[in-house]
Amino acid sequence: MTTTDATPVAPLGRRFIYKPRNWFLENTIRSPLRLVGLIFVVFIAYVALNNIVTGSYRIDQFARQTIFGLAQGSVYALIALGYTLVYGILLMINFAHGEVFMSGAYIGFFVITALQNSGFLYTNTGIALLITVFSGVLASVTIAVALERIAYRPLRNAPRLVPLITAIGASIALQQLFLRLFGVSTRRYPDVNFYVLPQLFPNLECHEVDGAEICRGLDLISGRYDVNVLGINLRILPIHFLVFFVALVMMAALWFYIQRTKMGKAMRAVAEDKSTAALMGVNVDRVIVTTFVLGAALAGAGGVLYALYNQQVTPFIGFIPGIKAFTAAVLGGIGNIPGAMFGGLFLGVVESVAPSMLGLSNQLKDVIAFSMLVLILIFRPTGILGEVLSHKKA
Amino acid sequence: MSLLRVNDIHTYYGRIHALKGVSLSVDEGEIVTLIGGNGAGKTTTLNTICGITPAASGSILLRDRDITRMRPYEIVQLGVVQSPEGRKIFTRLTVRENLEMGAFSRNDRDGVARDMEYVFERFPRLRERQKQLGGTLSGGEQQMLAIGRALMARPQILLLDEPSMGLAPLLVREIFDVITYLNRESGTTILLVEQNAQMALAIADRAYVLQSGYVTHADTAAALQNNETIKQAYLGG
Ligand SMILES: Nc1ncnc2c1ncn2[C@@H]1O[C@H](COP(=O)(O)OP(=O)(O)O)[C@@H](O)[C@H]1O
Ligand SMILES: [Mg+2]
Repeated sequence: MTTTDATPVAPLGRRFIYKPRNWFLENTIRSPLRLVGLIFVVFIAYVALNNIVTGSYRIDQFARQTIFGLAQGSVYALIALGYTLVYGILLMINFAHGEVFMSGAYIGFFVITALQNSGFLYTNTGIALLITVFSGVLASVTIAVALERIAYRPLRNAPRLVPLITAIGASIALQQLFLRLFGVSTRRYPDVNFYVLPQLFPNLECHEVDGAEICRGLDLISGRYDVNVLGINLRILPIHFLVFFVALVMMAALWFYIQRTKMGKAMRAVAEDKSTAALMGVNVDRVIVTTFVLGAALAGAGGVLYALYNQQVTPFIGFIPGIKAFTAAVLGGIGNIPGAMFGGLFLGVVESVAPSMLGLSNQLKDVIAFSMLVLILIFRPTGILGEVLSHKKA
Repeated sequence: MSLLRVNDIHTYYGRIHALKGVSLSVDEGEIVTLIGGNGAGKTTTLNTICGITPAASGSILLRDRDITRMRPYEIVQLGVVQSPEGRKIFTRLTVRENLEMGAFSRNDRDGVARDMEYVFERFPRLRERQKQLGGTLSGGEQQMLAIGRALMARPQILLLDEPSMGLAPLLVREIFDVITYLNRESGTTILLVEQNAQMALAIADRAYVLQSGYVTHADTAAALQNNETIKQAYLGG
């Protein structure tokens, strides 16, 4: 438990407040970095526009990439929420959160494989998928709770750098743990066909069975369908919509929990002021554990969803999505929940759309993601939806 | 039997020895005030009672039950409720949510709703502003909210840390009226920490004077009001 701090400290960077008189001056001469950023933004916009006008970037590409970007971005958002929740309460970046995500995907692999071998995956696909997601959530939550108890709680009152380094250590330790336990080899999620709504899609997935034609409906997981929407020819993967939809539902549930429930309110109170929350009768440790549980549950579900469409699972798959989600959280404003949701989706879409819109190789998508972070932080150091850190936090 | 009894507590901040054997007691229905200069250890005393800065030695008894080693939330559940120095309103929670936080350890929905109504009747400004964020309230309104929030816990004993701090004289009057009212009409036992010794002694039954972590005087409020040393040091001569 920290002690009460009586003297308010002037928040850093707010000491020299002056009203911007002239937007142009403000962003050019007074702040050369912004000038560079501005030139860069104009240049990018020019290239993108040029590619669109000359027709080397087409609308069907844009539509396809946006849909994929939303799916990928949903996973980023689910992970980013974990970073932001923990940061909001402990002012700590849980760098092992990528591994929390990975453990969900990895344990999910064992479960879905077992369900496949038992045949349950084919007889009751929907329930089997739910079980897989649930076990991924359970695995991630277990790991996160253990992390909090073993690695972070003893350091609650240590200087802020200490838990940060511990988190990096925990990240490596978890990767190595999975590596030693389960080996380096890439695990592959089975191909799942999950047919739904044959009434709504009467012409999909039709096969001759004993001379009669049977149509099974939309394949939510492995289906790929060529459709024509408003004159644009698209190849649609329902899994992308599924991931996006599930993520939206989970985020809505999180929002409701934080805004409406007693525990959610306690969480916001603890984020603002731990000592005072304790004086209200809040068990601060329990709130902190709950925060880790929520973040891990979202990451675990995200891990299984990610593995369902990416299929490849290794002990290292948490690293890049983890960094990306962290970027997304900072982009949206770390500590800010809608910021993490928005930042994740935004990053996913930009990363998917930007390379070919700018006529670059798709391999440069990571460069684009991180450049965008730098660009946005130049103009809004607290992120897109971030508020100026209150002095209670600083 | 005292409602609250503090026996010879010592509290440290790292190597800073903030409380050097503080003892005091508060009887049921009393207003007891704790006065003393800046840095005397008043806030530390309240925080030690509440378990925020646990005592290194000594004991704290609530109706003869030892609460010295209990966690802050357990102490609140037993009815020891503090309204902290500087009000500490949750600025990003609404006024209503702040009051709900006050009732966090309670599970009687109807009782909580009744008490919320009571607080709104006592402080009509809070009702008007119940949907606003706590941070948008004025200093006086925040103090009302802080007291209202503490009341929402249905305290056995209410610890108030400098409720008049930073308020205009008219508001200070109002706050002291509220405190007196709570004590006389609702029978709430109060331990009041104040720098405004004059007004605190005027409404208190008994008082303790704290200086550099020691209790230097303990007497009835009336006696201390006439004590020459106290007059010199705390009552402006
Ligand atoms: N968080 C803290 N860390 C270190 N020392 C503290 C802290 N809080 C209070 N102190 C010290 O403890 C002593 C008592 O402080 P406090 O209880 O706040 O006094 P009061 O409320 O009477 O003004 C002071 O010397 C103060 O400097
Ligand atoms: Mg004080």
